[in-house]
Amino acid sequence: MAADPASLIDWGLLALDPPGWGGVLLAGLMNSIKIAIGGYSLGLVLGTGGAFGKLYGGPVTKDLMEVYTTVVRAVPELVLILLLYYAGTDLLNRLSAAAGYGSVDISGLVAGIFVIGVVQGAYATEVIRGAIRAVPSGQIEAARAFGMSPLLILRRVTLPAMLPHALPGLSNLWLISTKDTALLAVVGFSELTLVTRQAAGTTKAYMLFFCAAGVLYLALTLVSNLIIRFIEARARRGWVTTR
Amino acid sequence: MTSEESTIVEATALTRLPSARGFLKPHRLALMAVAAAIVFCAVWFLRWDWLPEYAGRLANGVVVTLLMLVSTCLLGFVLAVPIGLVQVTGPWPLKLLAKGFCTIIRGTPLLLQLWLLYYGLGSLFPQFPAIRQSFLWPWLREAWPYGVAALTISFAAYEGEVMRGAFAGVPAGELEAARAFGMSRWKVFRRIWLPRAVHRALPTLSGETVLQLKSTPLVATITVIDVYAVVSKIRQMTFLTYEPLLLLALLYLCLTALLVLAFRYFENKIPTRSA
Repeated sequence: MAADPASLIDWGLLALDPPGWGGVLLAGLMNSIKIAIGGYSLGLVLGTGGAFGKLYGGPVTKDLMEVYTTVVRAVPELVLILLLYYAGTDLLNRLSAAAGYGSVDISGLVAGIFVIGVVQGAYATEVIRGAIRAVPSGQIEAARAFGMSPLLILRRVTLPAMLPHALPGLSNLWLISTKDTALLAVVGFSELTLVTRQAAGTTKAYMLFFCAAGVLYLALTLVSNLIIRFIEARARRGWVTTR
Repeated sequence: MTSEESTIVEATALTRLPSARGFLKPHRLALMAVAAAIVFCAVWFLRWDWLPEYAGRLANGVVVTLLMLVSTCLLGFVLAVPIGLVQVTGPWPLKLLAKGFCTIIRGTPLLLQLWLLYYGLGSLFPQFPAIRQSFLWPWLREAWPYGVAALTISFAAYEGEVMRGAFAGVPAGELEAARAFGMSRWKVFRRIWLPRAVHRALPTLSGETVLQLKSTPLVATITVIDVYAVVSKIRQMTFLTYEPLLLLALLYLCLTALLVLAFRYFENKIPTRSA
């Protein structure tokens, strides 16, 4: 077979309507973004809780948080995703069966968000903990001296003051979570990477589809970078620049 | 830039083990008792009779994983040095090329790159008779060269970005002093710039290596038989859901701990000026 570049690329395959696969790819991208946003938000909540547990919790809480972050940071995401995906759905099924509801059908979206969220939570714990420690302790002590409740201190002082320190790390975690969604292809969730592989396998145009998916991921990253730069500039507007 | 990189790597990869000193506290004894009870339950109530049968294959898988890790880290680092250097001093076309390479590789998932190389290039190569007749063909029909290539490229991109920061962070005075001694450009690079940059990049390097270990199981998706693939096989043959996966997680925990210990040993070997 002749390797003529012009005949190798059939751009019609990327058309949005059914003979082409463009629409399927975009739907996969939407799924990826949904999971990334959901998992990242869950990760932020878990990370904030984890960081406060590690810094201000009792000895048992501190140790449990340490175990959580250590295990998640030492075991590959792929293994964690398999474990949490199967264990999580299985546990939930057994619980609902024990409660007499019969087996429940857990959507891949929810399971994916849960899995990415737990992984992101451990990373976010470390980032936020470091950021909180960068806040001058006098600020937090002053808030305490004013008689603020711990929740009020969290809302008015600690979170706003640590945010500029945490932003570089947190923005990187967002980029990691968009790329980690690709791992859900291994458990059969139809996000961008899996639908790309299906499209490529069906049409045998492997290069075209994998490159197209790469462009989509790259676009997501570059757009995210633009937004991140804007947010960072805004969060640091009160800072003295040393340049 | 370098400190920012290292905090991010530390957040995503385990780089420090808990210290043994001050480890035994009253509440830890209780926690350890709970942990021991959980381990006992896991051993007692879960099925482990398959373990002796597959022990040999598991050991093989671990060796393949470690081979993948070591080879791709070494190759990737060799690539990362020029990528980092070019971004600091190179002419603008090379600078642009290196920057574009880093952006593209860091902006797309490794799994996609791996499949692009394996399925994409793998389907393209047979169409060229020249490649089919070349001496490389027996290797190009295997899966592992694609795995090594993808992991190497990924490591080179991430570590290249670190090396850029490390090269840029070497104090200009040291380089000027070397030039004042009449060293040639190559000698300045070999004797001063590279060793100092590697020294600065070392803490991040250990984290990047742990991250690379965490990416190696992806090669199992293109039929390389590493430890992850062996465990997947065991799960299919024994119809067990959790036991092999738990064992796999434990194996990776041990491998990470070993890596961290090895890096700590080497970092202690390198003399640093402590103020």
